[in-house]
Amino acid sequence: MILDSILDILTGLFLLLGGFLSVAAGVGLLRFPDAIARLHATTKPQILGLAFVLLAIALQERQLSTILLLIFLLIFQMITAPVSAHMIARAGYRGGIIAPQSLLVDELEQAIDAAPEFDDSDDATPSDDNGESSAPPTSVPNAHNPLGNDEGTQLDG
Amino acid sequence: MSPHDNQPASVTASTTPTASESASARKVSRTEVRGRVWQQLPLLLGLVVLWGVLWGQFSWLNILTGFLVAIAVTRVLYLPPADISGRLNLWYSLVFIAHFIADVTVASFTVAFQALNPRPIPTSSVIAVQLCTRSDFVMTLDAIAMSLIPGSIVVEADRERAILYFHSFDTTTAADVEAMRTKVLVVEARIVRAIGSKDDLARIHEAEATR
Amino acid sequence: MSEWVFIAVGVMLLVAGLLALYRIIRGPSILDRMIASDMLLTTIICALGAEMVYNGHTRSLPAMLVLASTAFLGSVVVARYVSRRTNS
Repeated sequence: MILDSILDILTGLFLLLGGFLSVAAGVGLLRFPDAIARLHATTKPQILGLAFVLLAIALQERQLSTILLLIFLLIFQMITAPVSAHMIARAGYRGGIIAPQSLLVDELEQAIDAAPEFDDSDDATPSDDNGESSAPPTSVPNAHNPLGNDEGTQLDG
Repeated sequence: MSPHDNQPASVTASTTPTASESASARKVSRTEVRGRVWQQLPLLLGLVVLWGVLWGQFSWLNILTGFLVAIAVTRVLYLPPADISGRLNLWYSLVFIAHFIADVTVASFTVAFQALNPRPIPTSSVIAVQLCTRSDFVMTLDAIAMSLIPGSIVVEADRERAILYFHSFDTTTAADVEAMRTKVLVVEARIVRAIGSKDDLARIHEAEATR
Repeated sequence: MSEWVFIAVGVMLLVAGLLALYRIIRGPSILDRMIASDMLLTTIICALGAEMVYNGHTRSLPAMLVLASTAFLGSVVVARYVSRRTNS
C-alpha cells in the first residue's frame, strides 16, 4: 500500500533524525568546555531525539493505547528533564564549575554582589577529581549562595 | 526592563517568614473547598488515564480502582494546590504549543550543529530576567518551557521578585543577551495569553505597549 | 523499510553511547559524569524504541516509561549532594 510505504519512509526518517541528534549530543558532550555547556549540548537535543523515536513508534503501531503511553512517556521526560538540568546547573554555578572567562555577562553575580545582608562564610570547593579541562578551582566568592539557605528551598513542594 | 536597576536580590520566601505566612493565610481564606476539588480534578483524571494505560485497558473495574489509587496518591503524597487562575484560552494554548514545538526543533538543531561545527565554542552568559507575572504557576511554566528550549537553563529563581536567572548558551554580543531576554518575555506573554489571570494579562499588555 | 536505515541508526546510537561512556570515565567533575550518565540513559531509551520499531512489538514500552520518569532522580540526588557539600 502507498500509505504504508510513506509511513515507513517517515518512520525511517524520524529514526535517523533521532540518531543524528543523539550523536550530536555525544559530540557536544565531548567537545564543550565546561559542565553547563555540556548540559546545553546533551539534555535538550536528546529530548527532541527521543521525541522523534517516539514518533516513529507511533507511526508504526498506530494504536490508541500505545500512543497514549507514548504521550505520557514524553510528558514525563519533559517534566523531569528541566528538574535535573536545573539542579545540575545550580550546583555547578555554586560550585564554581562554570569557567568565569566563558561568560559574557553574569547578572546573577552582580545581583549577589549588590545584596547587602550576606555574610555566611561557606567555602565553595569545586568537586573536581583531577581538575583537568574544567574550571580551575579558584576560590569562589563566599556570596555564591544567593538563597542564603539551601535546605528545604528546592525539593519540598 | 533592564535588570541593572533591580533591587539587590538575596532572599526568598523561606527566609522571610512574615511574607510567606501572610501569603498562605490569604490563600486559605480565598480558595473554597469546591474550588480545590475543581483544581484537583485534572490531576485525578490524568492519574486515572495513566492507570488505565499502564494496565492496557479501560474496563469499569480499572477505572474504579484507578480512581481509588488516584485519590490515595493525592492524599498520601499531598502537594499544595497550585494557584491556577482558572482561565483557559484554547486558541492561545494552541498558539503557545505550536510556537513551542517550532522553537524546540529549531533550537535543538542549532545546538546540534554547533556541537558538530569545528569552530570554537561561543561564550555564554548568565542573564537575569524580570518577569511580568505574579503567579508561581506561570513562572514555573515559563521556566520549564525555556529549559526545554535548548540554549537556556534556569540557574536560579527568585520567587519573591519573579526574577529568573538563565544560563544562556551562544551569546557573543550584548545584542544576543537582549534577544534572549526578549525571548523569555515573549514566551511568558504566550503562556499568560493561554492560561494567565486577568491581572497578568493587563500587565503583559502594559509591558508590550512600553517595549 | 530497508535494512541499512536500522544499521545507521544503531551505529549512531552506539557512537552516542560510547561518547557518553567516555565522558563518564574521564569526568572531570561529578556533575559531568551525571550529565553523561543522563545522556547514556536517554540513548538507551532511544535504542529500546528503535528496537521496538525494528521488531514490530510494544513490549518494551513500560520499561521506557519507567526509565523516562525516574531517570532524573539520580542527577537530582547527586546535584543536591554536591551543593550541600559546597555549602557546609
